[in-house]
Amino acid sequence: MTSILIRGGRIVDPSQGLEKKLDVLVSNGVVAELGDGLDAGGAEVIDAEGLVVAPGLIDLHVHLREPGGEHKETIASGAASASAGGFTSIVAMPNTDPPIDNPAAVGFVLAQGRRCGLARVYPSGAITVAQKGEQMAEVGEMIDAGAVTITDDGRPVEGAGVMRLALEYAQAFDIPVSVHAEELELSRGGVMNEGLIASRLGLTGIPNAAEDVMIARDLLLAELTGGRLHIQHVSTRRGVDMIRQARARGVRVSAEATPHHFTLTDAAVDRYRTDAKMNPPLRSAADRDAVREGVRDGTLNVIATDHAPHHYDEKERAFDDAPFGIVGLETALGLGITELVDTRLIDLSTLIDRMSCTPARAFSLPGGTLETGSPADLTLFHPEREWVVDPARFLSLSRNTPFAGRKLRGRPVRTIVAGRTIWQVTEA
Amino acid sequence: MTTTFAPYLGKDLLGLEELSREQIVGILDTSEPFKEISERAIKKVPVLRGKTIVNAFFEDSTRTRISFEFAEKRLSADTVSFSAGGSSVSKGETLVDTARNLEAMRIDMVVIRHGSSGAAQFLGERIASNVINAGDGKHEHPTQALLDMLTIRDQLGRLEGVKVCIVGDVLHSRVARSNIWGLRKLGAEVAVCGPMTLLPPEVGEMGVTVFRRIEEAIEWSDVLNILRLQLERMKSGFVPSLREYNRVFGVSIERLERAPRDILILHPGPMNRGVEIDSAVADGPHSVILQQVTNGVAVRMAVLYLLAGGEPDTAEAAKTGVGL
Repeated sequence: MTSILIRGGRIVDPSQGLEKKLDVLVSNGVVAELGDGLDAGGAEVIDAEGLVVAPGLIDLHVHLREPGGEHKETIASGAASASAGGFTSIVAMPNTDPPIDNPAAVGFVLAQGRRCGLARVYPSGAITVAQKGEQMAEVGEMIDAGAVTITDDGRPVEGAGVMRLALEYAQAFDIPVSVHAEELELSRGGVMNEGLIASRLGLTGIPNAAEDVMIARDLLLAELTGGRLHIQHVSTRRGVDMIRQARARGVRVSAEATPHHFTLTDAAVDRYRTDAKMNPPLRSAADRDAVREGVRDGTLNVIATDHAPHHYDEKERAFDDAPFGIVGLETALGLGITELVDTRLIDLSTLIDRMSCTPARAFSLPGGTLETGSPADLTLFHPEREWVVDPARFLSLSRNTPFAGRKLRGRPVRTIVAGRTIWQVTEA
Repeated sequence: MTTTFAPYLGKDLLGLEELSREQIVGILDTSEPFKEISERAIKKVPVLRGKTIVNAFFEDSTRTRISFEFAEKRLSADTVSFSAGGSSVSKGETLVDTARNLEAMRIDMVVIRHGSSGAAQFLGERIASNVINAGDGKHEHPTQALLDMLTIRDQLGRLEGVKVCIVGDVLHSRVARSNIWGLRKLGAEVAVCGPMTLLPPEVGEMGVTVFRRIEEAIEWSDVLNILRLQLERMKSGFVPSLREYNRVFGVSIERLERAPRDILILHPGPMNRGVEIDSAVADGPHSVILQQVTNGVAVRMAVLYLLAGGEPDTAEAAKTGVGL
C-alpha cells in the first residue's frame, strides 16, 4: 500500500465547488482524504506550495495514429504527450489504418495504452464499418471491449438515415455518438475558411455552412431519437447558437471547443502556413469569439484538443497538399489559462470544469473529480508560470503547431494517475 | 552561392500584392528599353550572360514558358526547362526535394509554374536562388498582369483612372488576382464580372466593383480583360453549359457596339473563341491580344534583369553589356 500526501496546493475541484488551499491524501490509487494540515504518516510528501491541484485533465479527442501512422505518433508517445500536458485520460479516435471498427482493434488500443502506463487511453470505435458511412460497425461488441464512444471522426456520417440508426442503436449502451460535422459537398476541395483571406491566397474555402448544415441535421436527429450526441470541434457561431438552442429544448448534446478555435482566426493561415491548416478550419474573429462565448456559458461544455500529429515531411508541402491537423496536448492548458482565464472570460474553476469534470461526465469516464474514493488522477500546475512554446521539447513525435514561440501562462508541473506520478516537469 | 542580392524587387517575384506602386512602375518602365531587342535582326544582348535559369513548369503551359524562354535567351542566359511530365516529380519527388536538387546545381534563378497556390513562395523560402512566379494555383501570375498593364499603358497612355473590368472565371484565376492588385496600386479602377459561381467569396473586399451582368460591365469599362473559361468548370457545375455562358457572359460585337466608348480588349490566352469571346471581338480593331504577347517578352526581360540586380535607370545601358 502506497500513499502520497500532496501538501499545500490550491485545490480547484469544480465537481465539489471546491477552491481552497488543502492537502490531498492519496492511498491505494484513490483519493483518501482532503483536509487542512493532514498528517503524512508514512506517505510520500509532494510539496504543492504555489501550485494548483486539480482533477486530472481529460481530452475527449486525440489522434494517436497507431496502428498505421506510427511515424506521426504512437499510443505510447501520444500518452506521454498527454501526460506532459497535464492530461490523465485521453480518448483515441478510431480513424487509424486500419480503422478501429471491431472489438479486437478496440482491445489492441486498450492494451497498448495500458502497456505504456501513462495517461489512461480510452478507445473509441467507428460508427460504420471502415468508417465508410454504410454498414453500422459492431457497436455493442466494441463497447464491451472498452470503447467509450463511437465516431467516424475525420469524416462525417454522410447519410442521415445511417446517423439516425446509430443514434438509436447506441442508446442500448448509453454512450454518446461523436460527430465530425461536415457536409462534404459544401466543403469539397476546401483547405481553409472561406472568406477574404482564402480569396486573396487563391485557396478553396470551406464555408461555415458546411459545418452548420450537419450540426443542424445531427441535432434534429438527436432530438428525434433521444440519443446522446457529442459534437466535435465546433468552429462556427451558428453552430454554437444551434447547440445552445437545442440544449435548451432538452436535446442531449455535449460539444467541444478546441484551443486553436478559441485562440486563432484564419489570419493565421496567411503566408500559407500549413501548421494553421486544420479541419474544421480556423474561422473569422466573430466565430472565434462565439466559440469563446460558448465555452463561457457552457454551450461548448468540453475543451478538447483534436490533437492531430503529422510528420514534418507531410506538412512541408504546398498548402493544398499538406494534411489537416495540429498537435495540441502540450499547449492546451497554457492556452486555456492565457486565452480564457487571463482575459477574465472564465475563472480557473470553469476552465477545469471544461477540461476535466464535464468531459468525464459527457463520456461517463472515471475521474473529473477529487471526491473521496474517486481515482487519484490529478494534475498539478503552476497557474502563473510563463513559458514559451518550443515544439522541440514536445513528447509528441510530431511538431506541427501554430503556437511555436508563443508565450503562454500556466505550466503543468506533475501529472498523477491512480496515485502514481506519470510525468513531472524537468526544467526550471 | 551565386545569387545576387537584388534590392529593387527583393529576392523573388511572387506576386503583385506584395510589391509597391513604385516597384511596379519600375518594372513597366524597365520593360520599355527591352522591347526594342525583340525588334532587332539579331535578338540578343549580353545582360544575363553566364546566368543559369531553370524554368520549372509543374503544370502545362505553352505561351508563358515560351515567353520566359525567349526573354531569357534574348538576354543571353543559359536556360533549362522542364515540365512535370518529364521530371522526377512524376516519380513522386516532393517539391522541397526538387527545390534542393535544383539548388545543388548552383542555379541563379527559377521560374516556377505550379498548380498549388503558394508553391512559388514555398520554393522562394527554401532556396537562395531568385524565384519568379509564373503562376501558382489560383493565387498570382504577376508577369501576366504586368504585361497586361504595360499593354493598357501603351494604348491609353496611362493607368491612373482607367476602368478595367476582368470578365469571367475570376474564382480560379491567378491572372485576375494579380491584375486586381497591380491595377489598383497604379490608380486604375477595377471591376469584375462573371457568374456569381465563378467570383471569389468577398471579392468586393479586394477593392473591386462587382457586376453581375456583362452589359453593365461593358457600359462602365474602358478595358475588358476577358478570362478563359475552362471546360472543366462546366463539368463541375459552375455554369450550365458553354453555350449558355456565351449567350449570357460572352463578349460579342453586338454588345460592344452598344458601349458608350471604344473598349480595349485584352485576353491572357489561350482563347476559347465563341465561348468567352467572339472571333469578331478577338480579331477586331480594339483587340490588343497579340500586343500583350509581344509585351510579355519585354516584361519578363525586365523582371529577369531587375532580379539579377539591375536598376530601372540603367536598363538602357545594360543592353550594351555594361549594366550588370
